[in-house]
Amino acid sequence: MGKIHYLEGTVLDEDLRCSLVDMCRLCGVTAELLHEMIEEGVIHPIEPAPMEWRFTAVEIKRVQTALRLHHDLRVNLPGCALALDLLDELEDLKQRRRRR
Amino acid sequence: MEYKDYYQILGVERDATQDKIKQAYRKLARKYHPDINKEAGAETKFKEIGEAYEVLKDPEKRTAYDKFGSNWKNGQDFTPPPNWDAGFEFSGADYTGSDASGFSDFFEALFGQSQFGGTRRHYTSYRMKGEDSHAKILLDLRDAFHGSKQTITLSRAEMHADGRVVTVPHTLHVAIPKGIIEGQRIRLEGQGTPGIGGGPAGDLYLEIAFREDPFFHAEKRDIHLSLPVTPWEAALGATVTIPTLGGNVQMKIPAGSQGGKKLRLKDKGLCSQNKTGDQIVTLRVVVPAAVTEEQKALYRKMAQLMPVNPRNELGV
Repeated sequence: MGKIHYLEGTVLDEDLRCSLVDMCRLCGVTAELLHEMIEEGVIHPIEPAPMEWRFTAVEIKRVQTALRLHHDLRVNLPGCALALDLLDELEDLKQRRRRR
Repeated sequence: MEYKDYYQILGVERDATQDKIKQAYRKLARKYHPDINKEAGAETKFKEIGEAYEVLKDPEKRTAYDKFGSNWKNGQDFTPPPNWDAGFEFSGADYTGSDASGFSDFFEALFGQSQFGGTRRHYTSYRMKGEDSHAKILLDLRDAFHGSKQTITLSRAEMHADGRVVTVPHTLHVAIPKGIIEGQRIRLEGQGTPGIGGGPAGDLYLEIAFREDPFFHAEKRDIHLSLPVTPWEAALGATVTIPTLGGNVQMKIPAGSQGGKKLRLKDKGLCSQNKTGDQIVTLRVVVPAAVTEEQKALYRKMAQLMPVNPRNELGV
């Protein structure tokens, strides 16, 4: 038996920054779709100028969830933005309730 | 193999119209979508609904399925009669459906063959990146505090050489970095579904969740602990031993503390390489019971010596 090799992944936290190209590659989407997602408020770049858009790695989850909601439930992009915000709020409230 | 009552799963009558079926599906899909419903079992239910809809939305598949009659119960042991599908025409690969890999043996046996537009995919002619996978991993707070090595087994969809999709266990050894927090995700490149036609594998996203701890709970990087203290420790101050995720430490309770007072232990929370968290200790005053006459007398004496109206603020 050889020594077990433990995989070391990348932690996708607020400190990790992604470019538009990274986001496209990681989420398997086109730049056009990401533009639309930004316009509709699904994701929020840190740098507002399109030439140097940067995102925190937590936005990857928003893109992936939006894609699933769109694919599985036929929710459009403004609907995805709304659902994601409400889901965040719900999660926050659940956390607070658990604390009590 | 278990019989699946697709009508029961969608909660519709056997003679429901296609519109009714669609409505029932949409409603249930919204309710059980794993991104929306975080309860255990929601994902399984969502896949089950998807499978039922995959059959009932398609008039050809529905007619073939109806042929088994209405006497079967969901979960009953079932073997399709030989040539059950004779005399039906299936119009090719209209399988646009969600993720075929999650469908049951029952579905695979009936509709999984390529001539039924089933889950068999024609893949040899192109190269495609495998799909990303998502999984949750449950950690003890101590493992998050110290960092840990975890071995996890996930079930993963893989394509057989003949194009059939099967579920196989996939065991992974993962190093969890120190100071990971709940809800954070770790991306493991190339650990998702294998690629098609020599394409690269997808990635695996592991989402961190914490196992409930009897004493501690985490809020982002901070660890909270409710600490029982005696009235004299609170009133006079004391140095007490308290647990933290990193082991016991001494903490000073200042004189004149009240129940509910919060004390902060710097950097005793979930600290990562470049972020720190604290332990927040909330004092909970435990009132000793007055059992003996002597003890009761002591409380009465306190009442005399320290008259106080704790309900002053309530105006009573």
